[in-house]
Amino acid sequence: MSTLEIRGLKVTVDTEQGVKEILKGVDLTIKSGETHAIMGPNGSGKSTLAYSIAGHPKYTITGGTVTLDGADVLDMSVDERAKAGLFLAMQYPVEVPGVSVSNFLRTAATALRGEAPKLREWVGEVKSAMEGLKMDPSFAQRNVNEGFSGGEKKRHEIMQLELLKPKFAILDETDSGLDVDALRIVSEGVVRAKEANNLGVLLITHYTRILRYIQPDFVHVFAAGKVVEQGGPELAEKLEANGYAEYVNA
Amino acid sequence: MTTLQSNLLENHTPTGREEAWRFTPLKRLAGLHDGSATPEARNSLALNGASQSGVTFTRGAISAASPSDDSIVNRIRNYTSDGATLSIEKNTIVESPIFLNRSSGGVDTAELSRVQIKVGEHAKATVILENTGDTHLAEDVEIVLAPGSDLTFISLQEWGAKTVYAATHNAIIDRDATFKAIHVTIGGDVVRILPKVEFVGPGASADLQGVYFATAGQFFEHRMHVDHAVPHAKSNVNYKGALAGDKAHTVWIGDVYIRAAAEGTDTYELNRNLLLTDGARADSVPNLEIETGEIVGAGHASTTGRFDDEQLFYLMSRGIQEADARRLVVRGFFNEVISLIGNEEIQERLMARIDDELEKAGK
Repeated sequence: MSTLEIRGLKVTVDTEQGVKEILKGVDLTIKSGETHAIMGPNGSGKSTLAYSIAGHPKYTITGGTVTLDGADVLDMSVDERAKAGLFLAMQYPVEVPGVSVSNFLRTAATALRGEAPKLREWVGEVKSAMEGLKMDPSFAQRNVNEGFSGGEKKRHEIMQLELLKPKFAILDETDSGLDVDALRIVSEGVVRAKEANNLGVLLITHYTRILRYIQPDFVHVFAAGKVVEQGGPELAEKLEANGYAEYVNA
Repeated sequence: MTTLQSNLLENHTPTGREEAWRFTPLKRLAGLHDGSATPEARNSLALNGASQSGVTFTRGAISAASPSDDSIVNRIRNYTSDGATLSIEKNTIVESPIFLNRSSGGVDTAELSRVQIKVGEHAKATVILENTGDTHLAEDVEIVLAPGSDLTFISLQEWGAKTVYAATHNAIIDRDATFKAIHVTIGGDVVRILPKVEFVGPGASADLQGVYFATAGQFFEHRMHVDHAVPHAKSNVNYKGALAGDKAHTVWIGDVYIRAAAEGTDTYELNRNLLLTDGARADSVPNLEIETGEIVGAGHASTTGRFDDEQLFYLMSRGIQEADARRLVVRGFFNEVISLIGNEEIQERLMARIDDELEKAGK
């Protein structure tokens, strides 16, 4: 059983208009096997939360703590965070020209496991992950995210989630840009990863539709850089009906 | 207004003020440009590997296939009419690559070398010219493609640290011929190559691919000249360079000239540079001169940028440590061109050298 604990997290970003505070004291605790949905309007700081936990250099932490089983995540380099068990499925995964998916995945698995996976077993692992996400085998030979459709990028993110076996995954708007079929396939991948590894999930979204496939245990409403309301799955139903107006205008 | 007709070359001893020489460190050219080098007949180029039917490699008098305005080429031609000729008979399809290897003769004297590669009508071959070791070498390479022929010319500059190499690689391409060149420059002190394309018959195509990686103190210059003198020829230029370390300096010039007669020309050129550290300098100058509007397309692009932090973040967020992530990105950057070589052993060797240079530069 692992715990990811966020306490009083404050984050700023440098903009052309000067330093802007995006996160204004975020408190959140996620345990293994739990799924937490973070829902909120555009610009409320949801993605900033995701990238700050992962360690993106654009964001400056000005207060608070993030710990994984007591270890100080904010003190770790980006790769150390991944090695500690954190995974960020990005909304806009980055193209890496000339680097094949196959090479990328094996390099990542080698880094995370501390040794190169045995070739035969690895080939089987990759094949099974790709089949689960209904990806063509030729996908492995393509360059990372280069020329991928929106749906392919998201499948590729979830494929990594399944192969790299983190303790906690932050899914940043994984549902955006997916049609109904792709949403279901990608969601099933997340559920598989949950069941296989007792994964804790922080699921960031605008919409409730992904929650039909990935049942949240907790729903947090995010507005103006902090959590403004918390509840169970019923809170998502309420948001579906009423939108975010009451939180934005509050 | 200047004309790109002759790649802005001027046939006299360069002073450094000429357009074609303004980036080149003349003092480091070992006297190859001004006649002060001590020439020695070395015949450093040899055919390597099993003999193949229809392929001959001979040494003897050669006459220039095309006049030149380049002072170094003319110095070489005035010095000797002797040279190496690789001929591929017409209608010959050469299955295995033809390897030309260099035995370098050191830097106490200099070599002035002439090479001709002649591809007969409808012949097809791949020639791989492997340059290694330390030398001072001025070279006039002429590549003559007969109508309907198909040549892939791979020029590997894996020179030692003392080498000065100043060369023109001039392809003279006749009707419906297909020319593909891949230049890789990852070693040497000063390397200056002028890859040139002269279209002399319609319907031909030229694809010039290149990569270069300069580390501290190295100077690598690639100065293209693509002369569209006849109708319906197609050219594509794609050069990628990376630089790391203090005073690493690369120059890429892409001169494309579309003459009035060259209707139906289709051309594009691209140069991308990746600056991996401070203190390095990449010059990149695409030049396009068009004398007819009746063309299919003509474009160019040049970018010089620093390492993409988003790529680094993405890879590191998957547990890959920074040095490995950088290596992966640089390998990927070069792989686009290097993978075109189509020879695993060579590709691995080049990538290993790039890894090696990158590691040294990172220290």
